[in-house]
Amino acid sequence: MSLVYPREGLKAHPPYLHADYVGTLKRAPQKPLVIIPHTLSELTGPVYGHETVGADDADLTRQHAGEPLGERIIVSGRVLDEDGRPVPDTLIEIWQANAAGRYIHKVDQHDAPLDPNFTGAGRCVTDAEGRYRFVTVKPGAYPWRNHPNAWRPAHIHFSLFGHSFLSRLVTQMYFPGDPLFAYDPIFQSIPDPKARERLISRFDLDTTKPEWALGYRFDIVLRGRNATPMEA
Amino acid sequence: MADLTPSQTVGPYFAYALTPRDYGRVEFVTGNLVTPSTTGERIRIEGRVRDGDGAPVPDAMIEIWQADAEGRYAHPADERRPNSDFVGFGRAATGADGAFFFETIKPGPVPGPDGAAQAPHISVGVFARGVLKRLHTRLYFDGEAANAADPVLALVPAERRATLVARKAGEGRYTWDIVLQGEGETVFFEA
Repeated sequence: MSLVYPREGLKAHPPYLHADYVGTLKRAPQKPLVIIPHTLSELTGPVYGHETVGADDADLTRQHAGEPLGERIIVSGRVLDEDGRPVPDTLIEIWQANAAGRYIHKVDQHDAPLDPNFTGAGRCVTDAEGRYRFVTVKPGAYPWRNHPNAWRPAHIHFSLFGHSFLSRLVTQMYFPGDPLFAYDPIFQSIPDPKARERLISRFDLDTTKPEWALGYRFDIVLRGRNATPMEA
Repeated sequence: MADLTPSQTVGPYFAYALTPRDYGRVEFVTGNLVTPSTTGERIRIEGRVRDGDGAPVPDAMIEIWQADAEGRYAHPADERRPNSDFVGFGRAATGADGAFFFETIKPGPVPGPDGAAQAPHISVGVFARGVLKRLHTRLYFDGEAANAADPVLALVPAERRATLVARKAGEGRYTWDIVLQGEGETVFFEA
């Protein structure tokens, strides 16, 4: 199967410069991007499979002696290409704040407690149908210094590879109904409201485990289409 | 047809997940691409990431993707495949001074469009707080005659091509800085 990577879909992404997100002001390129063809260098990419993942990597509540505090949740979904076909055997890396809104990262100085039973980092590999599943706790909102009284909506960072160098994606998954969406310049950097909504997970009763944990569904679409589509 | 999931910044706090050496977690990829069976000319690439003020960027992640010394990629789309366990993918975080480095081998020439060869090069992705989607660029090598005929370099305005060429800094050592914005801004691609 040979894949092509149309550029039309790229309009879903935020621009590099989004002035409300102050961090972009000195880090966004000012010169136009150079459009290049898709050579073997772009059409290939790293392939990491099941050997990269340890037994407890997909369950962030079982990586320490005790259970982390917070609301236990199940985050699952499918990784698809632009034709809606599953992307099997592809590595997903996630990281997040704990239930109090604190990251273990050494630079995070937010006045909220660390949880000795929570690191907040996980990995898994999609199955043959492109499915993945993590168990974790719901991350808290946390303050940052972008503007006065700035708070990030609760989110989980996702990093994915897909079929090639062109399908690589780093993004963030949000939770439905978060009151901070309207005030968050990172979420709002995505120009199309419909594209923004694709980053919001859905509460899902089917994957909710009775008397144990709420389920959230988050499907991810990576670049790539079949080179010879069935319909023109 | 499914619509793409939009990109978001990697943020400032990725290290304990993506480059977690300092956090005692197992890394499946590092800045050292050389494996016991890797053949080819060993090289070290050193550089710094700078912002529009010329200040170091201490919280960037750099990823590289390259062919082996014969110009073959370890991927199903390249039928030739390396005959070693060389993967060709590396990842490094910048330090407080914005510096990063990779230990690898010099890639061979890679097939290009219409059967023409591409000059030896490494594909590079840059992620950082304040960078809303991956920046895509390439590293080429100083003194390569093939650079003059490279079909991708040819698309870059001549006065900016030098931003993509790593300078030889000694035996097996190259230096290459990434400038996100402003004077000497690195050429970034849309592909």
